[in-house]
Amino acid sequence: MANHASGFSENIVIALNTVYTMWLREMLRFKRSKSRIIGSLATPMFFLVILGTAFNSSFEMRSGGQTNIGFLAPGIIGMTILFSSLIGGVSIIWDREFGFLKEILIAPVPRFFVALGKALGGVTTAMIQGTLIMLIAFVIGVEYQSYLGMAASVGVMLLIGLGFIGLGIALASQIESHEGFQMIMTFITMPVLLLSGAFFRIGDLPSWLKTLVYLDPLTYGIMALRYTLMGETETEIPIHICIAVLFLFAATTIGLGGYMFQKAKV
Amino acid sequence: MNTPAIETFNLTRRFDDIVAVDNINIRINYGELFGLLGPNGAGKTTLINMLSTMITPSNGSAKVWGADITKQPSEVRKNIGMVFQGTTLDDRLTGKENLDLHGRLYGLPKQLRKQRIADVLELVELVDKADVIVKTYSGGMMRRLEIARGLMHHPKVLFLDEPTLGLDPQTRNHIWDYIRQLNKEKNVTILLTTHYMEEADHLCNRIAIIDFGQVKALDTPENLKNALGGDVIILTVETRELASRLLDLYNKNGSAGSVQQKDSSIFIAIKDGAGQIPHVLKIASDASINVLSVDLHRPTLDDVFLSYTGRAIREEETSSVDRITYNLQARRR
Repeated sequence: MANHASGFSENIVIALNTVYTMWLREMLRFKRSKSRIIGSLATPMFFLVILGTAFNSSFEMRSGGQTNIGFLAPGIIGMTILFSSLIGGVSIIWDREFGFLKEILIAPVPRFFVALGKALGGVTTAMIQGTLIMLIAFVIGVEYQSYLGMAASVGVMLLIGLGFIGLGIALASQIESHEGFQMIMTFITMPVLLLSGAFFRIGDLPSWLKTLVYLDPLTYGIMALRYTLMGETETEIPIHICIAVLFLFAATTIGLGGYMFQKAKV
Repeated sequence: MNTPAIETFNLTRRFDDIVAVDNINIRINYGELFGLLGPNGAGKTTLINMLSTMITPSNGSAKVWGADITKQPSEVRKNIGMVFQGTTLDDRLTGKENLDLHGRLYGLPKQLRKQRIADVLELVELVDKADVIVKTYSGGMMRRLEIARGLMHHPKVLFLDEPTLGLDPQTRNHIWDYIRQLNKEKNVTILLTTHYMEEADHLCNRIAIIDFGQVKALDTPENLKNALGGDVIILTVETRELASRLLDLYNKNGSAGSVQQKDSSIFIAIKDGAGQIPHVLKIASDASINVLSVDLHRPTLDDVFLSYTGRAIREEETSSVDRITYNLQARRR
């Protein structure tokens, strides 16, 4: 048992090495499944192009604000991050199914950092996809406020991604079969997405719905994306509150995910 | 050193009402190639999973390379290599990438990792497949890669759970060669589970026969077979009547061993069966009984297993000859 000073730094090296190894694995897999990644961009693309065009021509809000493709783009980016990071976390179910989980669990490394590395790998994938959607939207005519804002939005994507991948890992550590996977996708992604204000302004909602919207962590993510990409006038929640909520959400679910993964059975 | 490579102390594991491993006490020495032999569901995998810290015991304890499996699991993990029953490779990555990730998880520095990857690929003859995606490997190649991966970090003890399950005979022989080589040349202590008799017989220095979670017998394959009390001569003549007559004559002659008849064959359980055949044939020819065939059955591990557990390891494979052979041998003990 390492309980002296050199043992401590040795443990840090092991922890970092574990995180890096797991991240590297996700990146190698990502590299191998380019076609799948491109395919997964199709859904947000449909939303962006079809819904964006429809919004441009037919919506006029009671409050007077416009909902156009520029309003929609941060919502679609948030949706991409949500799907990609949840699937990234839940992919532990596949690792269990195909046996690789055993190889990880028998290695002499702390499981918490295994989960963290897996999370960072999945989040990197999600951020790449989110950034691609951001750029595609830019190409098809969405006007962002600044390049700096675009760069900052990638940081927001990281926070959103960490939050949901942590949730995915926590759930996957409990679910023993892939049948549960569909359940998660239906009962988590849809309410989280639809309540998030990705597709509508949250100012004029009836109070019961507003409460649910404010309970949805993705709301703050999309609000922060809108802030960084489109500017302050487009947001209904102050940015520092959004960032604080996202931080708290990410820290909580990553902690929970790491804890649940430690308890995971093969 | 006096301490063994693996030692268990009343090691027990329960799943709900089932006792999968029941108070097992075994000692495995340094450099030994030790086999756990038993039918499916006997508790072999549960035992090996406890020793490799994948599951915790319900009772009792064990030490692997001097480290306690429940109190010092990461010490145990550093010293062991494990090849699981099913595949645990990442099939979207190449063979080399799988080995590289493993090396990283076990903290091997870059140069050493490169060296070890080359070494283990060479050992299992997968050098030319190193950069191919694992998904396209055959079952035998995957198993070889798993063994290679288990060796990456120079484990002191290697666990092999059914290493040749589902492989064709040629690949099986190949893998046996690797296992022997590892044990002899690299001096790796190996604990393997199997339900293949020949595998245990050909490979292992010592065998523990496991049934219903308990050790029924533990010794070298030779000693286990010798303990059964010799060979069985099977003599077939033309008719049932002739067989009965031969049996009477044999007994009247005051010959050694015990005899039993089934249809037109007689079974003689005896030490040094080969040396006794001329004696039996002489009795037959003196009585002008035409002998159609003579067969000498040396005890196999199957017989050993049958005698300790009262059933064949795979029930459907027990022929009537085996059963009679067994009954005779059992009577002699």
